[in-house]
Amino acid sequence: MTEQYDIAVIGGGNAALCAAMTAAEAGARVLILETAPKPYRGGNSRHTRNFRCMHSGPLGPLVEDYGEEDYFADLMKVTDGKTDEHLARLAIRQSEQCLPWMQEHGVRFQPSLSGTLSLGRTNAFFMGGGKSLVNAYYRTADTLGVEVKYEAAVTHLELNGDRIEWVDFTHQGKTQRITPTAVIVASGGFQADTDWLTRAWGDPAKNFLIRGTPYNRGVVLADLLDQGVQSIGDPTQCHAVAIDGRAPKFDGGIVTRLDCVPFSIVVNKNAERFYDEGEDVWPKRYAIWGRLVAAQPDQVGYVIIDSKSLNLFMPSVFPPLKADTLEDLAQMMDLPGDKLAETVANFNAACGDTSGFHPTELDGVSTSGIKPPKTNWARPITEPPFYGYSLRTGVTFTYLGLKVDENAQCGTDKGPIRNLWAAGETMAGSILGQGYLAGFGMTIGTVFGRIAGREAADYAN
Amino acid sequence: MQTDLLQEARRQAQICNACRYCEGYCSVFPALHRERAFGDGDLTQLANLCHNCRGCYYACQYTAPHEFDLNLPQALAELRRDSWESYAWPQPAARAFHTHGVRIALLGVLGFAVLFLLIRVLGTGAGNGFYAALSHSAMVAIFLPAFLFPLISLAISLRRYWADVGGEGLRLSHVIGAFASAAKMKDLAAGHGEGCNFEDEDRFSQARRHIHQAIMYGFLLCFASTAVGTIMHYVFGLPAPYPLWSLPKLLGLPGGVLLTLGTIAMILLKRKSDRALGDEKAWGGDMAFIALLGFVAASGLALYALGATSVMPLILALHLGSVLSFFLLTPFSKMAHGFYRLAALIREEQKKRAAP
Repeated sequence: MTEQYDIAVIGGGNAALCAAMTAAEAGARVLILETAPKPYRGGNSRHTRNFRCMHSGPLGPLVEDYGEEDYFADLMKVTDGKTDEHLARLAIRQSEQCLPWMQEHGVRFQPSLSGTLSLGRTNAFFMGGGKSLVNAYYRTADTLGVEVKYEAAVTHLELNGDRIEWVDFTHQGKTQRITPTAVIVASGGFQADTDWLTRAWGDPAKNFLIRGTPYNRGVVLADLLDQGVQSIGDPTQCHAVAIDGRAPKFDGGIVTRLDCVPFSIVVNKNAERFYDEGEDVWPKRYAIWGRLVAAQPDQVGYVIIDSKSLNLFMPSVFPPLKADTLEDLAQMMDLPGDKLAETVANFNAACGDTSGFHPTELDGVSTSGIKPPKTNWARPITEPPFYGYSLRTGVTFTYLGLKVDENAQCGTDKGPIRNLWAAGETMAGSILGQGYLAGFGMTIGTVFGRIAGREAADYAN
Repeated sequence: MQTDLLQEARRQAQICNACRYCEGYCSVFPALHRERAFGDGDLTQLANLCHNCRGCYYACQYTAPHEFDLNLPQALAELRRDSWESYAWPQPAARAFHTHGVRIALLGVLGFAVLFLLIRVLGTGAGNGFYAALSHSAMVAIFLPAFLFPLISLAISLRRYWADVGGEGLRLSHVIGAFASAAKMKDLAAGHGEGCNFEDEDRFSQARRHIHQAIMYGFLLCFASTAVGTIMHYVFGLPAPYPLWSLPKLLGLPGGVLLTLGTIAMILLKRKSDRALGDEKAWGGDMAFIALLGFVAASGLALYALGATSVMPLILALHLGSVLSFFLLTPFSKMAHGFYRLAALIREEQKKRAAP
């Protein structure tokens, strides 16, 4: 390997590309090492859809205004205060200048359309979704002279004191070593490594589905942590939601979501209800249900609805199971039929006046006298045909990552590492302690990708 | 229609309906998201709304090697051809053209050219200009039925289409909306107006849209030229040939140039595209159609340039042979797509306005 690069960017998603383009524009010779083959390039950015953006007036596709305090308050709500305020405010403030920068680098936005209108003020949607953003960035990076190697799996970064000496990776069956002046790590979390997930969470993790890329195995993260690079984030925690149980093990993405829980009853494999299905609107509850399902036997839940609720939620990727009687449905779902009939009968008996039913707001139509209660949208399951879905836990991302400062620079106990920066999901734990705010992952990736690219190029020059 | 094609389109449409990331690209997605279940007529309508711009394919997170294996442009292209074939009247002609297009087009042009030459040898040509080579009445006797037959055939096909997609009574506003979309070829521009993903994977480019516009407007100018000539002949008693500064020439000449250059450019562009994102079986028929259209235009221009020379009768025979083939093949070749697209756009206007 004789080629000399100023900067090696490890990873090929949004943060990696933002870093690479910024560094290349500053004159650096940049190499992207992407583990995935070309059709799967872009990591979890392929599955994203929007960018949460502060703005003081209409900006691009965004309407009205969305100030720093509003944005920060929204973030604090979902993280329950587990947020690094300094870095969070930095990301929020810089998001405003990112949007035009994204457009200049090929990203196209669209107005919020069906089902996302409520986000028209806060989130800018990519036309075509995250993969089209990734495609546009690769095109722009190419014109800027950034070199990309696909199926290039980084195995080791040699840390010597306060400096990364070299980078080892395998490519086309050969192990290669390069000695770039600076390194940017933007290779995501470790959620696709089921063994790691199982060590962190316990045996139930074996039954979890991974919503995103199978290539985020945390190889570089583990390698750096082993060498004493500072970490942040709860190593045992991941963001997980309840998704269609028939989803593929990896990469099911957005289509595997199921929005029917508020109009259903959900039982475990013993046909017992275990939580209030109507506690709140689904966007505020799907993450809780990821954990609830993880706590049930075999980490699976079963959603039962009847025909009157079928058209109240977004269509599912796979059609539901359908039967004319609850007994038949129980058989199709491998549930104890008698027990399911009893659970439904008890639930139906606990339902009261349903005349106030309103599918899109908390309607207070609740059960009385059963545990757990259902506190909204509680209508008896009576009208055949009956429909069933299975629910499993789908992992979105992990929280453990590299701790960075406001320059996206990594460090050890002894201080900063002179030539190592991190951006995107791999350092998002530095800001997000728990929970998730829609579109904030792309904000972190874009803001810190650009910072990392700028700082690394400064250093390399 | 073929159930396996319908079934595959339905499978893909259901995945798209659960995703919705592509809703900004073209007319297909808002139409798709309006449905919850997809009947055969719904899928046929979606297939005919699709302009094969391929934006959705390159933006899709579920294309192969992903197990969902989405390729919506291909699924809809195959279904579209199948729908045209099943609505065509008489039907075997359509099935034949899409798969044996090159041979049929070539045979048509040459066969009719020989026919025209024979008529000339048998000799009735006692007129001026082109009519010296082929008498006016012989031309009318041949071309009038050749013009009426495709119109009748297309009318029957479109009625079948309209019934299947649940079309309602036409209103002027529906038609205007559809024509406005077709005139700009909005569905080849993507939602941001930067064109489609055709000749260079995911790069947006206006090439296909602009080339297609050259062909469409070139064709319309040629058609207008013919119509004006007909009126001048019958209404004002002014038979061809016409001088340069006359309406038929002023329309026909730029039309012919646009059409010739447009078809050549389209063939070159199509060769750069990924065949697997369209209907691979119709590749030959599509190319034959474009070549035939180009030949009609180029031979017409040649006739103008060489009209005073001794090769005129031969070029005239080839030109008329190609025009006749083109007309007769219209209901069964790619030419039919223009009529189905318009019908689909009108139906979409109706549905859009009826939606809550």
